[in-house]
Formats: sequence, C-alpha cells, structure tokens
Amino acid sequence: MSWRLWIPLMVFAGFIGLAAYQLTQPKDDIVESRMVGQELPYFELPPAVERGESISSADFADGTPRLLNIWASWCLPCIAEAPHLERLQREGAEIVGIAIRDRPEDVAQFLAQHGNPYTAIGRDDLSQVQLEIGSSGVPETFVIDGEGMIRYQHIGDIRPEDVPILLEELRKAGA
Amino acid sequence: MIAELGLAALWLAAALAALQTVAGFLSVRAGQGAEIAALIRPASMMQGLLVAFSFAMLLWLFAITDLSVKLVAANSHVDKPLIYKLSGTWGNHEGSMLLWVTVMAAAGALIAAVEHRLPERTMYATLGAQGLVALGFYGFLLLSSNPFERLPVPALQGMGLNPLLQDIGLALHPPTLYFGYVGLSVAFSFAVGALLTRSVTPDFARAMRPWVLGAWVFLTLGITAGSYWAYYELGWGGWWFWDPVENASLMPWLAATALLHSASVLASRDALRTWTIMLGVVAFSMSMIGTFLVRSGILTSVHAFAVDPERGTFILVLLTLYIGGALLLFALRANTISEGKRFSVTSREGALVFNNVMLSAILAIVLLGTLYPLLTEAFNVRVSVGPPYFNPVGAIFFMPMLLVMGVGPLLRWREDRPDRIRSELALFAALIIAAIVLLSLLVEIALLPLLGLAMGLGLAVASFMPLRSRQLGRIPAATWGMVLAHFGITVALIGMASESAFSEEELVALSAGESATVGPWTVTLEAVEPVAGPNWTAIQGRLSARYGDSEPVVLAPQARSFWAPPQQTTESALSTRWNGQLYAVIGDPAGEGRFQLRLWWKPFVTLIWYGGVVIALGGVLALIGHVLNDLRRRHRERRLDEQRSEEEALGILSGEERL
Repeated sequence: MSWRLWIPLMVFAGFIGLAAYQLTQPKDDIVESRMVGQELPYFELPPAVERGESISSADFADGTPRLLNIWASWCLPCIAEAPHLERLQREGAEIVGIAIRDRPEDVAQFLAQHGNPYTAIGRDDLSQVQLEIGSSGVPETFVIDGEGMIRYQHIGDIRPEDVPILLEELRKAGA
Repeated sequence: MIAELGLAALWLAAALAALQTVAGFLSVRAGQGAEIAALIRPASMMQGLLVAFSFAMLLWLFAITDLSVKLVAANSHVDKPLIYKLSGTWGNHEGSMLLWVTVMAAAGALIAAVEHRLPERTMYATLGAQGLVALGFYGFLLLSSNPFERLPVPALQGMGLNPLLQDIGLALHPPTLYFGYVGLSVAFSFAVGALLTRSVTPDFARAMRPWVLGAWVFLTLGITAGSYWAYYELGWGGWWFWDPVENASLMPWLAATALLHSASVLASRDALRTWTIMLGVVAFSMSMIGTFLVRSGILTSVHAFAVDPERGTFILVLLTLYIGGALLLFALRANTISEGKRFSVTSREGALVFNNVMLSAILAIVLLGTLYPLLTEAFNVRVSVGPPYFNPVGAIFFMPMLLVMGVGPLLRWREDRPDRIRSELALFAALIIAAIVLLSLLVEIALLPLLGLAMGLGLAVASFMPLRSRQLGRIPAATWGMVLAHFGITVALIGMASESAFSEEELVALSAGESATVGPWTVTLEAVEPVAGPNWTAIQGRLSARYGDSEPVVLAPQARSFWAPPQQTTESALSTRWNGQLYAVIGDPAGEGRFQLRLWWKPFVTLIWYGGVVIALGGVLALIGHVLNDLRRRHRERRLDEQRSEEEALGILSGEERL
C-alpha cells in the first residue's frame, strides 16, 4: 500500500522537471513580419507635424537604403530609444518615421524634448500602413534597401547593442 | 508617501508571517502549552490588517493616478474612467499578486479569530502552514514584483489599460477567481495541519468545509463570468475555448468539487480520510499550477498578460516547495492515518466515491491536454490541443458521473439496496430513454448533444427527487443547497447541448437596407455610422432584427479601435429572448459600401450561465446551512459544558458516577 502514496509526488516531480526545463528554453514569442524580403507596400502619408514633409513608398526606391521607424509620441519605449536613433543618424543612417495615432502638437513636443533624427515623418492615424508592413506594435524599425525592399525588421526599442546590428544591416542593404 | 506607507506595511506583514510560521511549527513540536503559541493568533490577525492597509494604499494610488509609481504609469491613464482606474489595481501582475496575499492574509486572520473547534495543536500547524504559504508570496512581491516601485521620472499620461479589459464583467472576474484560489489555500493549510498532527477527524472536515464551499462558489462564479465575457467580448460566438487559462480556472474547480464531496463524507461518516487530505493538497496545487502556467508564459494563450520567465521561476520554486513538501509529507504520513469507517458499494458514500473518481479522471484529462503541448515542445513538435480532444474524452467520464449524480443522493449512508429506490430509478431511466427516442426521431442531432439533452431532461427531474416524501419546511438548508447545485448543473448542461445542437450561423456582406435571415430572425442593416467613446473610436452598425413577425429590435454591434495602446476589439450586440440569443458582430468593409456581418441564433444558450449562477446559489445555501449547523452545535456543546460544571459545583454528580 505505502508505495502508492509516493505516486502523487512522483507525478508532481515529473511536472516540475518538465516545467523547469521549458522555462530555461529560449522562448520565441516575437512575431516576425512576413513582409521581410518583400517590396514595401504602396502608401502615401501626410506629414505628422505642421509644415513637415509628407512621405510615400515611392521615396524609398531612389537607391539609398533607409531605416523606417514606426513610433508614437505616447509610447514610453520610444523615448528610451530616441538617443540611439540619434546616434544612428550621426553614424550616417537616414531615418524616416511613421507616427502612429498621434497629434501634430504631441509629435512636435516629443521632437523638441527628445531630439529629431528623422528626415521626414508620416502620419498614420489608423495604423493602416503599420499593419500592411506587418508591424504589430511600437516601436519597430525596418531596414529598407535602395529599391524599396524590406530587408530587416527590429521589434521593440533600439538598445545600445542594437545600433551596430542595424548599421551592419544597412551596409548589407547597400549603403 | 502613500506608496512608501503601503510598502512598509507589506514588509511588516511579511515579518509577521515569518513570526507566525516559526511560532506555529515550534508550538507543534513543543506540544500543548508552549508559551510561544500565544503569539500565533495575534500575529495572524495583525498581518491581515497590515496587508489590507497596503492594498488600500495601492487602490488610492490608482484612484489619484499617481504617475510617479511605475505600476500606475504602466497600467493606467489619466483619461480612463474612475471605475477602470480602480480595477486597474488588480488588472496587472503586481497588483493581482497583492490582491492575492490580501485575501489570503484576511482568510488567515479570520481562521485565527473564529476557529476553535480543532485541537489547538492542529490549529498551530494549520496557521503555521498558512503563514509559510503567505511568506512565499510576500517574498515574491517584495523581491521581484514590488507594486509600489517609483519611477525616476514621473510619466506624463500613463500607458493605458488593455482595452479588452475595460469591461465591468472583467473588472470583477479576476478577483472572484482569486477568492476561489485563496479559499483553497486555506483548505491546503488545514490538510497540512491535520497531516502534521495526525488528526484527521470529522471536526477537521467541518472546519475545512466552509472554506472549500466558499472557494467553490467563487470559482463557479468566476468561471461563469469569464465564459460570458469571452462569449460577448471576443466576438467569436463561442463560450468555452479550452484555452490554457480557462483550463487553469476549471482544474481547481474540478478538484474543489471532488474535495467538497469527500469532505462531506468525512464530516458525516468519518470515512475517506486520506483521500480528503490528498484532494486538499491537489486542489490548491491546481490553483498554483494554473497561476504558474498563466504567469510564466510557457504556454501561449490569448490571456498571456504579465508574462515573464523570472516570475515563472519564482512561482515554480514556490510550487515545488509547498506542493512538493505537502506531497512528501503525505507519502510519509498517510499510512499512519487509518482509512476510517467502511461502507458498501451501493451506498451514498459509494456513489460519492464514484463521482470523486470520475471528477479526478476529468481533472487528469484536462491537465494532460493543457500540458501536452508543453511536453511535445520539449521534443520540438508544436501542437495545440482543442475541443476535438477535450469534448469527447471528457464526456466519457462526465456522462456516467451525471447518471450517478442523479441517483447518489437517493441512497442511504453506509449500506443500501437498489430495489428500495426502484421506482425513482425507473422514472429516471424512462425519462432519459424517452428523450433520446423523441429527439432522434424529431430532429437531426449529433450524438454528444443528444445524450446531453436527454440526460439534462432526466436529471432536471431527478435532482429534485431527494426532496420526495419529506416535509419541505423541515429540510435543512444544506440539502436545499445540494438540490439546487445539482439542478444548476443540469440547467447548464441543457444550455450547452442545445447551443451545440441547434445553433445557426450566417456570414453575409450587406449594404444599407439589405437583409439576411438566421434561424427565425430577419436582420436588416439600416446604416453604418462612426461613433466615438472616451478613449476609442468605432464603426457601428445599426441593425433591425425581427423575430418571426414580432416587433423589430435595434442592435448596434461595434468594431472599436482604442488608441492607448492601439488595439482593435469587437463589441458584439445581443438580443436575448426566453428561448435563446441572437448574436451579431460587424466586421470589415467588404467593398462597394457593404459590410461583413456575422450572425448567430443560439437557442437556450443563456441557460449555460444561468446554470452557473444556480450552481453558485446552491453553494451559498449549503454554506449558510453548514455554518448555521456548526453554530448551533457549538452553542449546544457550550450549554452542555455549562450544565455539567454547574452540576459539578452543586455536587450532584460524583466523579465515579460521571465515568
């Protein structure tokens, strides 16, 4: 009889072992865009700040690789990544922004406070362009080559260690 | 300052929990009369007060939207309505863990204050165990999930609350489940206390029972509310998805249901001692495993909020210590506890044991299905386990259990002859067979819903049979509770079977003025218009729906877009009649001014949730009945004691005569 009393403990130990093993496994919960490796979908967006420049997908096919940064003034990680975007710009990267569900005055205030590394910022009020290029949140950064092809996707805020990776991806895209 | 007060109270409470644990276990070792034992009950009560204060401070921070506190900034927003600011307190990992320890400490304080039935030594062990469990959660909160952490720079607006959670039903759903989980932690502490002091008695079952019943009522309500929320908020038309998080709430409910019944046997017949102890441990371990699965993110789920491997590790360590410890104790001690009184197979106990085994089997099936993807992922195979597994496999055990549920309450304790309840059995069987024959002749219906409907109709009558030939006024509240809870099960069962057998679905693209039919309904799309709320915009369809030839009703389903954080949700529109629900969802534009509409007619679907409420009501009645009984019993014993000491004082009885 008494060995049966150990069964629950054995089953439980098995569960703990399995759960512990799974916890140590790297978990891939990032949803990568299926658009990577494809051409940028067609879009035209009005400027996100007054007297700014509008952007369109055609602008990207002029031979210069660029970073396309999806962000918003209401997003906290975007504040965290602002200095690293500026560093990328100083290293020679050309950065185009798309502001998601934002107001011109908020965008202007954000740029005044945290710096403006962008050559132009488009305004995507309904997240339409964001969804079309397969981005599921802010911030995200895409590397677009000189022919308007999406080469690389970075999900989440850019951290110091991501800067060289993005520069390398830009170089691979032909900068 | 408010945040710091809350944090200080939390640290003090943790210190008291440590004191309670140490004092509890020292007193158990020293036996009766240890001086340190005097500390246990006050420490437990004070701890309850301190944590309640700490939780009140967090509520206050959310009410005034103090954006210098990280948790508030991350989960609230200045523009949010006050009720959702408050519910934001527990709509996140840290706050919900604080709510958890608050309820747990309050429960501990309550036992310390009122429970005097058990031997004091068992109480020391119980409160010591309760303190130890609480201590782990304090450690978790203070070391890795501090809800009162400040930001170096206050945020401007806050990051909002998940818009899916901005719903009154959902604001109340998680706390309801926590009350259930925590109630089971009390049952766990009682079980550990009883094992440590080898005192598994009917009194132990009576002390534990109200907590199990209370937890069970809250779990029932929580599951019912969660199911209804998923039904109307997700817009998929289903009411149960066998999602890991849903299963995480169902498993403790199954274990608690089994525990409830075996505790009844122990309380009234002094049988099933080790089995009750085992279930006490299993029920709480299901709560913790559920919490672990949800919070660690090792399973992918629509509910995956607050996912963090570090938290997962912490909960896993707590799980290993508490449940592993309790199971080890069980393995070492259980054979020194005798099984208790014997009974024959055809008896009330026999039926309850059968249902306990069936419930445990269903629990094992759900647990296996929930963990299976985890198991295969270890071998790099990704699978998802869904209704095709759970429904038929669960039904194999659910159906026999329902049959016994109809018959069991008619049997006598200890031993009975089946032919004594011949006529009742015949009526029950005749009802089921008649329903099967009629239904399969009249309508086209799949096997499981057919069996479900037939059993439901039979059980609806059978669940009231225990009241036969008794004076209704003299039936105890607990019996009414049982009858009502069993009836609730049949109501929900009929709802489930009817929904799955008779639902009709239409997916159409309509432009303004066009109509579609679904079941007895004719639905016309009148217009599509934009609307705006405090923190969302939406397109809203205006539908006019006519049931047969009756007056049309207006429905307004919405597709909402929230902007902080950006997220799309569907607001389905429902029209409820006594015989079912019309369910409408508006989807994407389909071009040329047409919009997608998804329409369902679900006959008697509402019975599922009414059934849940009836079950919970039955639980409440039973709880009241048992508590009143216990109070009466205590009163009677006290009077007897008083009488005895009076008599002694008067010298009427001599010592020898009393022996």
